[in-house]
Amino acid sequence: MIRTTPFHPRLGELNTQGLYTQWQGYLSALRYTDAPKHEYFAVRNAVGVFDTSPLYKYRIQGPDAEQFLAGVLVRDVRLCRPGNAQYTLWCDDRGFVMEDGVVFRHSDTDFLLTAARPNLGWFSDLRGRLRVEIEDVSESYGILAVQGPRSRTVLAMLMPEAGSLPFFGLADTKLGSSPVTLSRTGYTGDLGFEVTVEADQAVGVLDAILDAGRGHGVRPFGEEALMMLRIEAGLPLVDVEWHNSRTAFTDHERVTPTELGMGWMLRGVADGDRAFVGGAAIRRELATKSSRWASVGIVVDWRAWDMLHRDAGLLPPKDEHPLPYESVLHDRPTTAGGSQVGYVTSFMYSPVLQKHIGLARVRPDVASPGSEVHMELAINHSNTTVLARTARLPLFNPPRKAAKP
Amino acid sequence: MSPDTSSHAYDAIVVGGGHNGLVNAGYLAKAGLRTLVLEQRDLVGGAAITEELLPGFSFTTFSYALSLLRPDIIQELDLVEHGFMPLMMPSSFHPTGDGDYLLLGDDHAQNLQEIRRHSRHDADAYDRYHHDLDRVVQAIRPLFDHAPPNVFGPKSERDPEDQAEVAWLLDHLGGVEQKVMHDVVRLLTGSASDWLEDYFEHEAVKGFHASSSIIGSKVGPMSPGSGLVLLFHKMGEHDGHLGSWAFHKGGNGGFTQVLARAAEAFGAEIRLGSRVDSVITSNGRAVGVALEDGTEFRADVVVSALDPRRTFLELVEPRELPADLVENIERMKFRGVSAKVNFALDGLPVFPALPDSDAQYGGFLNIGPTIEYVERAFDAAKYGWYSERPFIDAAIQSVVDPDMAPPGKHVMSCFVQYAPYELKGGDWETERENFGDKAQAVLESHFPGFGDLVLHREVVTPVDIERVTGLTEGNIFAGEFLAPQMYFFRPAPGWSQYRTPIDGYYQCGSGTHPGGCVIGSPGKLASDRVLRDLRSSS
Repeated sequence: MIRTTPFHPRLGELNTQGLYTQWQGYLSALRYTDAPKHEYFAVRNAVGVFDTSPLYKYRIQGPDAEQFLAGVLVRDVRLCRPGNAQYTLWCDDRGFVMEDGVVFRHSDTDFLLTAARPNLGWFSDLRGRLRVEIEDVSESYGILAVQGPRSRTVLAMLMPEAGSLPFFGLADTKLGSSPVTLSRTGYTGDLGFEVTVEADQAVGVLDAILDAGRGHGVRPFGEEALMMLRIEAGLPLVDVEWHNSRTAFTDHERVTPTELGMGWMLRGVADGDRAFVGGAAIRRELATKSSRWASVGIVVDWRAWDMLHRDAGLLPPKDEHPLPYESVLHDRPTTAGGSQVGYVTSFMYSPVLQKHIGLARVRPDVASPGSEVHMELAINHSNTTVLARTARLPLFNPPRKAAKP
Repeated sequence: MSPDTSSHAYDAIVVGGGHNGLVNAGYLAKAGLRTLVLEQRDLVGGAAITEELLPGFSFTTFSYALSLLRPDIIQELDLVEHGFMPLMMPSSFHPTGDGDYLLLGDDHAQNLQEIRRHSRHDADAYDRYHHDLDRVVQAIRPLFDHAPPNVFGPKSERDPEDQAEVAWLLDHLGGVEQKVMHDVVRLLTGSASDWLEDYFEHEAVKGFHASSSIIGSKVGPMSPGSGLVLLFHKMGEHDGHLGSWAFHKGGNGGFTQVLARAAEAFGAEIRLGSRVDSVITSNGRAVGVALEDGTEFRADVVVSALDPRRTFLELVEPRELPADLVENIERMKFRGVSAKVNFALDGLPVFPALPDSDAQYGGFLNIGPTIEYVERAFDAAKYGWYSERPFIDAAIQSVVDPDMAPPGKHVMSCFVQYAPYELKGGDWETERENFGDKAQAVLESHFPGFGDLVLHREVVTPVDIERVTGLTEGNIFAGEFLAPQMYFFRPAPGWSQYRTPIDGYYQCGSGTHPGGCVIGSPGKLASDRVLRDLRSSS
């Protein structure tokens, strides 16, 4: 049976469309109005709220909790001090990525980890004799993402901590009488926060935030807007940018952290001695430089895009809705005998960048920014290619995202 | 080139820091020219400015939305890097005059249902209408994006590059379908009313579509010529959607600030508070400009971004120009009929049929229920007076861009027509607030209680537009955008290629092709001309 999130009683009322998808068994709004692009602009120019409650949430506690997480997560959780959060990955023992999530460190011994899919069995089996308790608290909390340039102003009216939290900082505080965790995290690549609240207090917290945001252009945004935001922000999505290695059939479907563009998470791994699942394979990959791919952004040449469509008698489309399929990248146009050098996993027209952009995986030798690639697309039912250039991720990265308060 | 080039501080001087002047300067500087922009006011933007008239309230004094701006300029001048940000307008609202409304949004199928609510017949007509217009835009856009070729005079005297353009143009037009070409001619010569009658039956649906046919022009929707004004507004686009508009972040003044930063990043220098008195000529060519305070700047290229009257009759001596050019500029029609009434509001207005909704305030509020309403508003202007019940194109920009007003408060830009520049038996100094009252009364009739929300009101008449921006007779297009004043004939026959009879003196304002609106093409196409001429003379 489809479930609803703790915020649904209010967000459902605000949804004028009734269009939902499902996210891990929960109703998740695709859009709240007839204009998801307007919801997107709430995040890029005002403030938007997104219900991210369907994420799985695991409370990991105990004297050995840090040691446990340091052994199962790719990124060194020991570098995450209490009062901070960390975006991280976990891998299988071949060093292929299973999933990603955010670990919230409340104290030396108290962590909360979010995940896109169920993971309790996997983590529990890895406990061994460590003094650590792992509890699935997914239903106990709602999480509301409050994102956009005005998010801090709005939240600071309710919680003064919002005014001083650094990027990926967190604070256990109260919103009104409700205990909440406020963290400077999110999935939009903008200035933003997430508010984690006990399920039975969720609607009250949402109401207070919407009330404070009135006059600041606050709007709920749905998954369509979220997809646009996260592609611009260079944030990969499981089952789109990669498959969970444990359920993939071939290595083509699998990626390593480096191949996924998360090499920055491996600080201290190459020369360190931290043992973690997949660590040995990852060290080998780093030592032998055996990564097959590099994750990059691509930016389509606007003139080529326009000419290609105009010459075909079409109006050049600029559609902010991501393509639902992958496109192949070639080193030269296919008409000139090009061969494949990569593939595009997500592709859209970016309203803030005014360009067609994509998240792609290319051979490391064409990964340096500005390399020319040719993206396959069909025009008038016939395959052709359009010129694009690789670019560093994220493609949209406003200073406010990570700026000190 | 004159022999003392090396002593000049600048290669090019652009007179006027309106959007076309800034675009022009951006391209010239990008090409490596030492470029100086001279702006009379203490801010750039010309008629595309944002001013904080009341603390916290940003008013788009004149121009207030973006659509015509050509996308190639956004890319070529790297505008995104300098803050270019067109915000989507999620809805379009048209009170139908009987308490009901037409509210269109971003979802095509839902829009068809909304039209169907008023007329089942007009739902599919809406699709055909837009498709036919799209085809027309597709056909004529190349003319829009290129300088008009010179097809006059003896063939032997024509520029070979021009001849290639003419050949290309004929070939292109030859490939246009017969129906599309017929539609082009119907729009160029006919009235919006006749055009709309072919598609729609419902008066309010027609009225909604007719509103763009009269903007800035002394025509009613039943006048020949209004078809062209309608088509011109469809030529614009927002993110690839033809005829779609956006609010630039911070208003259109926010946009011209972006342009200024881009031009400066390419090396252009902008000097504010520098009103140019005249272009200095020597032996029939421009060598610089003199400011009103007597300061002189030298350059071999001088580009006027002002309107044709000022470009040809004020900055230079008309006695030094060919008589036929002077005659044509003298007879060019300006006749501003548009005014602005801008409000600071204490809260959102209430539309009785949608008491709890703000979805209707995401874009333009089109106050001109039917073609007849707008045509009657025009009647007064024919005889030299302003409309008793004017047409209003309103926008509460702070709904989309909260930075425009304090939290919970709003700014409302109202483009109001008709307000003829010249009042017969009256003057705007006396009539300004009376006219503001007429506009406010219309708003009150659709949004009861509107007056109680008003914190501040600014009435901008055509005389004010002229006084502040320099646009002759307050014409927002720097010369009416009607067939005798377009393409080959903009601003005058023989002078549509951005040159002037004075060597080194060029024109790039909205009074040149394909000017009007915040479009940038005149600035860009004029820079092409300047750079080509410099290459061929060096």
